[in-house]
Amino acid sequence: MSEQELAPPLSTATSSKAMIGALGLAATICGLIIVTAYEGTLDAVARNKKIATERAVFKVIPGAKTIREFVATTGGIQPAGPSEAENGVKFYAAYDQGGALKGVAAEGSAKGYADEVRVLYAYDPKRQVITGIGVVSMHETPGIGDKILTDPDFQKNFEALDVHLTDDMKTVANAIKVVKHGTKQHPWEIDAISGSTVTSKAVGKGIRDSTEKLLPLLLPKIDKLSEGKPT
Amino acid sequence: MIPGKNPPSNWSEFIEGLWQRNPIFVMVLGMCPTMAVTTSALNSISMGLATTFVLAASCWMVSLLRHFVPKEVRIATYIVIIATFVTVVDYAIQAISLSLYDALGAYIKLIVANCLVLGRAEAHAARNKPMAALYNATGMGLGFTLGLFMIGGVREILGAGKLFGLSLFGPHYQPWVVMVLPPGGFFVMAGWLMLFAVVRARKARGNTPATLAEGAQNA
Repeated sequence: MSEQELAPPLSTATSSKAMIGALGLAATICGLIIVTAYEGTLDAVARNKKIATERAVFKVIPGAKTIREFVATTGGIQPAGPSEAENGVKFYAAYDQGGALKGVAAEGSAKGYADEVRVLYAYDPKRQVITGIGVVSMHETPGIGDKILTDPDFQKNFEALDVHLTDDMKTVANAIKVVKHGTKQHPWEIDAISGSTVTSKAVGKGIRDSTEKLLPLLLPKIDKLSEGKPT
Repeated sequence: MIPGKNPPSNWSEFIEGLWQRNPIFVMVLGMCPTMAVTTSALNSISMGLATTFVLAASCWMVSLLRHFVPKEVRIATYIVIIATFVTVVDYAIQAISLSLYDALGAYIKLIVANCLVLGRAEAHAARNKPMAALYNATGMGLGFTLGLFMIGGVREILGAGKLFGLSLFGPHYQPWVVMVLPPGGFFVMAGWLMLFAVVRARKARGNTPATLAEGAQNA
């Protein structure tokens, strides 16, 4: 910069009191500003986050009218509260107008090309398949990685992606696998988008990790969700 | 601002950053967000306005406190002040729109490290009155916004065939994807710098040689 002027004339050494005082003053004012901003925006931020999640859930489970948030733990299914249970997996149950269970949605995430890819998938407990995905957040390359949302062939993978559990309900019978474009053979495989393999794999891994954790906890107790009043 | 000269008017303080000493095209400062968030016109303007707010608020406060802050701890003080307003902007954007917050990503927080902000605090706000500092910082911020928009607009038009999300060329336009990828930022930036250099050189040929010298020095 051409504006580099001389530093202010050097005065004699500053006392430590003055330095601490100045830093303390600046820090106090800044502290007040930050806390005020935080308090002032807290409600709006929480509301925005809730709206964003609900919008995403409504999108992956068409026909849903109400959404409730639950946590699945080894001890059972509980409504999500302010105190999050340890090792619990958060999920959303969507109900139609009559209050019948329409589907379950949960979030999965994995490292993509640029950053974490967070997807929301819809699970149909009756057919034990994934029926759709949506993206919660991603920073993948525009025009390449974001094809996971726009590519109709890729979306077709999630019309009925098989995630049925083994008979003892302990694990997912066939782990979801992302395969090279055009080589999908089984209903539990995901046909990657050619050119966006890393992002496709991240989607697959995110869903696989999440379903393997959630479904063995959820499915044995799914009846409790059906009435909309889990214990 | 040079000793012995009359202090510049608020208007000239304001216009200085907007045009004569545009942070992007003349001073070439703050290149990290310039390359990173200018993938669309809307992102560019939001980032520019966020930076303008941080710049104006922190320069104003630095100027208010300039008599209390000993030179030994001035950088620490400036950084605390700048970080404060960045945090405020960060919360404000989350409250306004989460999708915008996602689009701008880590770059909002990185305003702290934008050399434009600390540069103005140190070079201007710390030695001028609060009003002058506020005008100058607002001008610089809007100049930065203008620069980001000029890059982001071009990148969005070429790379996506849209401006502000509205399709410009109809469905048959094949987007020039590289323009919204990182290299596109450098191409467009280089294009604008070249254009400005040509204009400046033309002007200098007709005018006094001093204009050219100043331009070269600034660039």
